[in-house]
Amino acid sequence: MNNNESYWKANVTLMMSLLVIWFLVSFGCGILFVEYLNQFRLFGFKLGFWFSQQGSIYVFVILIFVYVWGMNKLDKRYGVDEDE
Amino acid sequence: MSAQLLTYLFIGLSFALYIAIAIWSRSATTTDFYVAGSHVHPLANGAATAADWMSAASFLSMAGIIAFEGADGARYLMGWTGGYVLLALLLAPYLRKFGKFTVPDFVGDRYYSQAARLVAVVCVIFISFTYVAGQMRGVGIVFSRFLEVDINTGVVIGMGIVFIYAVLGGMKGITYTQVAQYCVLIFAYLVPAIFISLQLTGNPLPMLGFGSTMSDGVYLLDKLDGLSAELGMTAFTSGNKSSIDMFFITAALMAGTAGLPHVIVRFFTVPKVRDARISAGYALIFIALLYTTAPAVAAFARNNIIDNVDGMVYEHAPEWFTKWEDSGLIAWLDKNHDAKVQYRGGDALVPVKPVFDGTRQEAGQRTLDNSASANDNELYIDRDIIVLAHPEIVNLPNWVIALVAAGGLAAALSTAAGLLLVMSTSISHDLLKKCLMPSISERQELMFARVAAALAVSVAGLLGIYPPGFVAQVVAFAFGLAAASFFPVLLLGIFSKRMNKEAAIGGMVTGLTFTFSYIVYFKFVSPGTNNAAHWLFGISPEGIGTLGMLLNFVVSLIIMRITPPPPEEIQELVEQIRIPR
Repeated sequence: MNNNESYWKANVTLMMSLLVIWFLVSFGCGILFVEYLNQFRLFGFKLGFWFSQQGSIYVFVILIFVYVWGMNKLDKRYGVDEDE
Repeated sequence: MSAQLLTYLFIGLSFALYIAIAIWSRSATTTDFYVAGSHVHPLANGAATAADWMSAASFLSMAGIIAFEGADGARYLMGWTGGYVLLALLLAPYLRKFGKFTVPDFVGDRYYSQAARLVAVVCVIFISFTYVAGQMRGVGIVFSRFLEVDINTGVVIGMGIVFIYAVLGGMKGITYTQVAQYCVLIFAYLVPAIFISLQLTGNPLPMLGFGSTMSDGVYLLDKLDGLSAELGMTAFTSGNKSSIDMFFITAALMAGTAGLPHVIVRFFTVPKVRDARISAGYALIFIALLYTTAPAVAAFARNNIIDNVDGMVYEHAPEWFTKWEDSGLIAWLDKNHDAKVQYRGGDALVPVKPVFDGTRQEAGQRTLDNSASANDNELYIDRDIIVLAHPEIVNLPNWVIALVAAGGLAAALSTAAGLLLVMSTSISHDLLKKCLMPSISERQELMFARVAAALAVSVAGLLGIYPPGFVAQVVAFAFGLAAASFFPVLLLGIFSKRMNKEAAIGGMVTGLTFTFSYIVYFKFVSPGTNNAAHWLFGISPEGIGTLGMLLNFVVSLIIMRITPPPPEEIQELVEQIRIPR
């Protein structure tokens, strides 16, 4: 496997693992398991309600920044970054 | 100073600022006009994307919808933010590396097909016009209520401003005015939210405030759920929609967001691939500031409306109430003839929207032609007025009210400008330069771009002055169609080297036809059966784009296996866009 193919494989692995979290938090905690989570409390919020109206959005922001950080590292490791 | 004078002042000042920026950042070349020369700093692009994306719907309507629907509103909150994760991880960096001007550019080149390019152009124009019509309604509401000018005059003023900076400045002018508009709109959204959060819970952060206790030691959301139950409304923290419908609507909004051409094109304006990635992150932070505040505003608003309105004697109604009634966006039908407003669950009127006959009743309320519905609710409140009316309901200072009006206009105008630019680019670049008149020079293309922008502004203005009755009906189209058409084609175009022309066209046609027919059937052909019992798998027209998208994927994957692979140079192009350098 050449360098570009290994870079692409590492990229797809990182991307897929972040998308699994994306799915679990929004569609999982925010929609499918919202009733179950609502029996727990986070201060004045029911937990499922908090995930669907607050928590999922915070996680989305974190996911993008983790991706940016991870990709910049991959770019350097495989020598495909844009700084000459 | 009166609220009206302050509103004139704030709107005047903000408009002067937008025009000054437009003059300072005029476009001289097509690259300037289409993608701001690809010199935009990622942070500035993040703010511009946020303003581009957050429309009158996000600013004016969303908190109002959540105030009425409670937990069901989460589909907008998650759908319209989660799409940025897809955009950042799956599309933005690769489309930036591809490095052209438009989405049809990518579709046409990657699928080596003029037919695919044309389908893409038609989709871009349809999606953008649907959207622009909604922005114009927002502009009209703000002008008619706060400046007490005719709605038409308001639309013409708004169009004039957009005309100046979109036609002169192109993408460069739009980018920097959008940065200014983001600052105006986020300030205008947060200031009243912080005031109201302090009033109700003592917590200055609205995102935490609506999970805090009120002065009597009870959690705000618990009190609100109790009040709602007493009045026969759905509890704020639970919803009416089925899980499957919520799932499909949220997915359609996410994939639709990632496939919206006016958002994607913003990522062509940054210098590098890594800038495109980080820029999506900045954009989502800027958007999340408003989106995490909106549900708090919604909870505060439902609480304050119940507190201030239920049981109120109409003759003592505050000024905001009667003024919105004059605008036709509040209506009261005294069902039990006790001269007091009863605010309960359910729609008060049949049909739902008020129809006034021009006369007044004894207490002074406008006479309605509607008949009474079966429940005890006597009050109609249009959801779009919640954000604008809220500061008045709780007696915030006049300058806050004026600020909200300026913020609403900033949100509507910034989105309108972004859409108009995408439409003009599709016409001058994709349709004329790439299809019909390939021999035109750059100067001619730039001139056509300006003419197309001017035309698009005029049509948008007409849509605002003569709003077609079906605007609200067709908004469901925009996201569903973007999800069912662009998203799979872009995604497979990047992630599959085997993906070819036949599969792309087959997939797009399947996804579009299916989604379009389903929406047309339930919205126009047979609106009477538009309910869960008749829907396919219980999926509403709002969420059907997800199913259309899945069909598109399935059809594409099958066709690409039974047709020849794309030419050698296309496979090389795909390898190219996967590598930043």
